[in-house]
Amino acid sequence: MKTSILLMACHPERSEGPAFCGKVSDARRRWLQAAVLALAVIIFMGVGDDSARFKDLGHRMMCACGCGQILLECNHVGCTYSDKMRDQLQAALDKGNTNNDDLILQGFVQEYGPTVIAAPTAAGFDRVAWIMPFLVLALGIAFAVHIVRSWKNRPEPALADGITIPSGSELDEFRRKARQETDL
Amino acid sequence: MSQVGSFALMLALGLSAYSFAAGLLSLFSRSAASARLGETARRAGIATFAAVLLAGIVLVLAAFNDDFSIAYIFHHSNRDLPAAYKFAVLWSGQEGSLLFWSLLLAGYGFVLRLRYKTDQRLFAYASVIIASVQVFFLLILNFAAHPFAIMEGGLPPDGTGLNPLLQYPEMVIHPPMLYLGYVGFTVPFAFALGALIMKYPGEKWIHITRRWTMVTWCFLTIGVFLGAHWAYAVLGWGGYWGWDPVENASLMPWLTGTAFLHSVMMQEKRGMLKVWNMALIFATFLLSMLGTFLTRSGVISSVHAFAQSSIGTWFLVFIGLTLAVCTFFLVANRHHLKSEHKLESLVSRESSFLFNNLLLLVVCFTILWGTFFPILSQFVQGHKVTVGPPFFNRVAIPVALLLLLLTAVGPLLAWRKTSIESLKRNFLFPAIGSVAVGGMMILFGVRPWEDPSYFYATMAAILSALVIFTVISEFLRGGRVIAGKSGQNLFAAMIQLYHRNTRRYGGYIVHFGVALVIIGILGTPFNKEVEKEMAFGDKINLGPYTLVCQSYTQDDNPNYGNEWAIINVFRDGKQITTMYPERRFYKASGQPQTLPRIYPSFREDLFLVTDVYLVYEGKNETTGRPIIKAHLNPLVPWIWIGLIIMVFGTITALVPNAAPVRVTAATPVGEPAQVGAGD
Repeated sequence: MKTSILLMACHPERSEGPAFCGKVSDARRRWLQAAVLALAVIIFMGVGDDSARFKDLGHRMMCACGCGQILLECNHVGCTYSDKMRDQLQAALDKGNTNNDDLILQGFVQEYGPTVIAAPTAAGFDRVAWIMPFLVLALGIAFAVHIVRSWKNRPEPALADGITIPSGSELDEFRRKARQETDL
Repeated sequence: MSQVGSFALMLALGLSAYSFAAGLLSLFSRSAASARLGETARRAGIATFAAVLLAGIVLVLAAFNDDFSIAYIFHHSNRDLPAAYKFAVLWSGQEGSLLFWSLLLAGYGFVLRLRYKTDQRLFAYASVIIASVQVFFLLILNFAAHPFAIMEGGLPPDGTGLNPLLQYPEMVIHPPMLYLGYVGFTVPFAFALGALIMKYPGEKWIHITRRWTMVTWCFLTIGVFLGAHWAYAVLGWGGYWGWDPVENASLMPWLTGTAFLHSVMMQEKRGMLKVWNMALIFATFLLSMLGTFLTRSGVISSVHAFAQSSIGTWFLVFIGLTLAVCTFFLVANRHHLKSEHKLESLVSRESSFLFNNLLLLVVCFTILWGTFFPILSQFVQGHKVTVGPPFFNRVAIPVALLLLLLTAVGPLLAWRKTSIESLKRNFLFPAIGSVAVGGMMILFGVRPWEDPSYFYATMAAILSALVIFTVISEFLRGGRVIAGKSGQNLFAAMIQLYHRNTRRYGGYIVHFGVALVIIGILGTPFNKEVEKEMAFGDKINLGPYTLVCQSYTQDDNPNYGNEWAIINVFRDGKQITTMYPERRFYKASGQPQTLPRIYPSFREDLFLVTDVYLVYEGKNETTGRPIIKAHLNPLVPWIWIGLIIMVFGTITALVPNAAPVRVTAATPVGEPAQVGAGD
């Protein structure tokens, strides 16, 4: 949708187009159109591809046999669930009466229980599972920044008379000498 | 035989309890006899090793002698089990693996107590703490999980056999490596707690434990990766890491141990992060215990939980007690742990270590949180939820990428302060190289904007390249300086550079290995798989390979019967190998097991090496034909090569520094090339 608006806005036969349109040469316009077209192809590539949806949904569910493996990765000998569940998933996709992946997953939850979903959902208490690691990261960063600030603001240790701590160019000179003497 | 083993275990408990009690008394007694009492405690600790070793030998001998009067041998062995697996029976079940843990701890304690003259007081504290852990394990072995328990009823003619999943060569070395890592962290833990209790002056305890910690970390690294390789080579689902609770349990102490190895340098060099380092090593030890609790308690379902029982309560109590003791001394003696220096700049090695630690701990927390969230959900919502790979991949990978960025940038930062100019100068070549790698990936058809997994793969490639180029540039820069002064060739100069600071350059080699591991992992989104029932001459096209079924057959031996297919692998019309994916049926246990076959394509693609991975899924009972699942897993072999390099780097970092060679030639020095400085 956005793509078509952009192309129409620069259409040569539209007099109300933006001022820059007139300055754009035909060749550049064609390059622009080709780029937008390519981008659109890339963005919409794969939409509606059932095999990709099968793979995606199959990796979002666990095998219900209790082996602890992702549905499409369950290969243990004699599994009585994985083939059946894969067939059910394929049948749900073949029906084509829903493009909503969540509805398909919900059907599996009703049949096999909530543990069939391979990761917590983004609803209710399950949300806490997703939030907590990032909350800890944020708190950790805040704590680290606090530590760094407190370190930086810590008073310098008292020095004996006549001793000064070098800084700036004087310190660089010491570093240069140190490297020279240590060959590094 | 079982009576000898039982006696040895009881004797070991008595000795370790004496070592603990007498050692404790001698530490807090001011009497003249306390030194002698302490010496008896040390000797009792040494004797504990002999007693536990005897118990271990008896159990292994019982396995080799098919002594099925011992319940443990009956449940984990059988007459036709190959000799190597009979040896591995020692750690194949719960009781045996606890005995093995105790044996390793006694072994570490034995070495520690022999080297006590390094610092008698500190070693005495460490010895008492190790004895207390030893008492805990021996209490379990004697009263809750006895490995020499006798079978009830008549003597069975044969055992039920070893779990088929464990009948794989790596299982003979993976558990010992993992346990050497888990148990090994008891030593730095004991030194740290001892140093805290006695308010040990200075940082000498860190120097004493540095080698212990690195060796332990190396064992744990090998153990974790061998576990991943075992999963890859045995479980047959085409992957190597499933974020299973037991896998997670091994990764958590590895992460905190890695954080400790980095942050401890800040304490050595700058006298900073003292409380943090204490907390890290305590956490590492407790997480090692938690790993055993997870494996053994059955509180969380896992494909790896080979033995479950009620000993989880013992572990919970021990973990709680240890946590209480550590917290008490950490709070009571916190004034002893004040930092000696201040941070001078955000752009410094110190702050990179701080953030590196933060990210490692966030990844560790994420794994801990995800592992225990099902229990929390059960408690709050009344039902369990699954926290599987999609959760861990989505949460841990972005943080891990940030960590990789710090791995690349950290070595370029100097201690105290780094000028932006020098950072730019040192960073230019690695940055250009890594961006070029990203560009090449896009040129070769990777579209990071199409799928989040492609985006992560591209970012991981760029950042891994950044780490590799940083390491190379550090070696080159230092090597050039030495070559310029000494007249050596660049390679010899780089060797000399390494010898001058083995710890620093060994660490860089470890970073290099980590980058290779990441490169191996980033191939995952590009995996392909095909499943097909194959008749004679049937073909599967898989990427550049054509797989042709030459035949399928079956075989039999005393331990198992098997079915296998003979698959010829062609590339560009030329046969490159023959593979034999197999399915076994173990007679003693009555359990089936698939055994994948893997062909890494080093001869065809040296850098973009790919695993051809074939699984014998089963047989169509109607047609009698095998069903073969073929996977094409790009770059996976780099993971195992990365491991070898990480281990090599750790070993080289353990080599003592060579004495510096003085060169007296007067050479005019221009603008100094700033290096990362320090390790």
